[in-house]
Amino acid sequence: MYTASDLRKGLRLKIDGEPYVITEFNFVKPGKGQALYRTKLKNMINGNQYERSFRSVDTFEPADLREKTMQYLYKEGDKYCFMDNENYEQVYLTEDQVGDAVNFMTDNIEVEILLFEDRPIGISLPNFVELVVTEAEPWAKGDTAAGSTKPVKVQTGYTIQVPTFVTEGEKIRIDTRTGEYLTRVKG
Amino acid sequence: MNKLHQDDHFLLARKSQVLQTRAKLIQSIRFFFINNGFLEVETPLRIPSPAPEENIDALTAGNWFLQTSPELCMKRLVAAGYPRIFQISKCFRAGERGDRHLPEYTMLEWYVAGFNYQQLMDQCEALILSVAGDLGIAEVMRQNRKINLTAPWERISVAEAFSKYAPLTSEDALVRDFFDETLVDHVEPNLGMNKPAFIYDYPARLASLAKLKVENPAVGERFELYIGGMEIANGFSELTDAGEQRQRFEEALKTRAAKNWARYEMPEKFLRSLDSLPPCAGIALGIDRLVMLMTGAATIDDVVAFTPENL
Repeated sequence: MYTASDLRKGLRLKIDGEPYVITEFNFVKPGKGQALYRTKLKNMINGNQYERSFRSVDTFEPADLREKTMQYLYKEGDKYCFMDNENYEQVYLTEDQVGDAVNFMTDNIEVEILLFEDRPIGISLPNFVELVVTEAEPWAKGDTAAGSTKPVKVQTGYTIQVPTFVTEGEKIRIDTRTGEYLTRVKG
Repeated sequence: MNKLHQDDHFLLARKSQVLQTRAKLIQSIRFFFINNGFLEVETPLRIPSPAPEENIDALTAGNWFLQTSPELCMKRLVAAGYPRIFQISKCFRAGERGDRHLPEYTMLEWYVAGFNYQQLMDQCEALILSVAGDLGIAEVMRQNRKINLTAPWERISVAEAFSKYAPLTSEDALVRDFFDETLVDHVEPNLGMNKPAFIYDYPARLASLAKLKVENPAVGERFELYIGGMEIANGFSELTDAGEQRQRFEEALKTRAAKNWARYEMPEKFLRSLDSLPPCAGIALGIDRLVMLMTGAATIDDVVAFTPENL
């Protein structure tokens, strides 16, 4: 159980049966008045945000959240199917729950699935993935301007800006947190 | 220089400008009071029992407490025949830490015999204008708003401010036990955004150590100064009726007991002195926050050399 003085940015709470993360926090107190703990909360299932003030007597349940390594299998309709490597159980996430991660998910990639009370609610990818460039304009030999880029498509269908020297069929390393190109990968 | 010392050096050196303004500001405050015939006093920081307050909790020091305000000792001085006194001292409040709160902070407090709260508002305005003048500041920035300090400042009653800015009246907010939330969410952000604003006449239940208004005892002669939505000072026409003060303290002690807060003794010596306290008004002003305004600092951390976290 948390008390109001435990509240801080990033803390995850269970409120009305759902998991919330505190995205903004401040302590306020009108001179002779009572201490108020102002928060901005984000629902970790539907992403809705709202503001709420708490008093020092308020108590909170921690949200039962954990991550489990699973393997991405396939997409079926608007659901994404993952398999728990330990017990081979399959779980499903919606498009909304997968979000931008879809840009970097290749078949069989290992990801962390976020579970709230054993229910899958989200995903986190490795920080770096390696993907094959499937469509790219050929390199015009004359174009040597430092820092110039061009858009290419990778195997997941994601379009990314890369240096002009990257060619079709090459493998590149991408930072999944920013969605940006890092280097070419030999192999 | 080792690395840790290098970081410390960097953090403190970056505050140099603000700390110089802070020092000038405090000198300017002293200058104002000395020029106006005030006596500077010092009262003990460590006291046997703070004023019983429902929402302010003291830190302990041995089997005594650190003061949450110098109010009781200063009023005893006024009662003993010191008609114009001021003090700049540290105050301590348990559990208060935020962008505008430090558990140890610097307070200016002053008392004037023969004044009421309206006269004290005038003097508070004159003090801050004098300080701003010494610092060469005509307007301050807060939350990207320019606040013009030119007199006269706005004065608005609590009831007016609630009906102007909040979805419910101050009375309804009190009845529904939602006064502080409404004040913080709806009223405060609108106070003192163009010019500094005094908000006055608090509901009697929130009068604290203030005298009730003779022509309307539903409110107490208490005011607060807000500049840019930030509370800067709190003042009263002082309550001089020992019986009524004892009753309010008893209420506060009950509320504190219900919250399991530390037990305070009834401040008997203070209550005895009220019989000889002349009509007077007193005010406490947060110096750290005034420095925040004068330097444009976003948080209180920026205006002190050390916060508890970097000790």
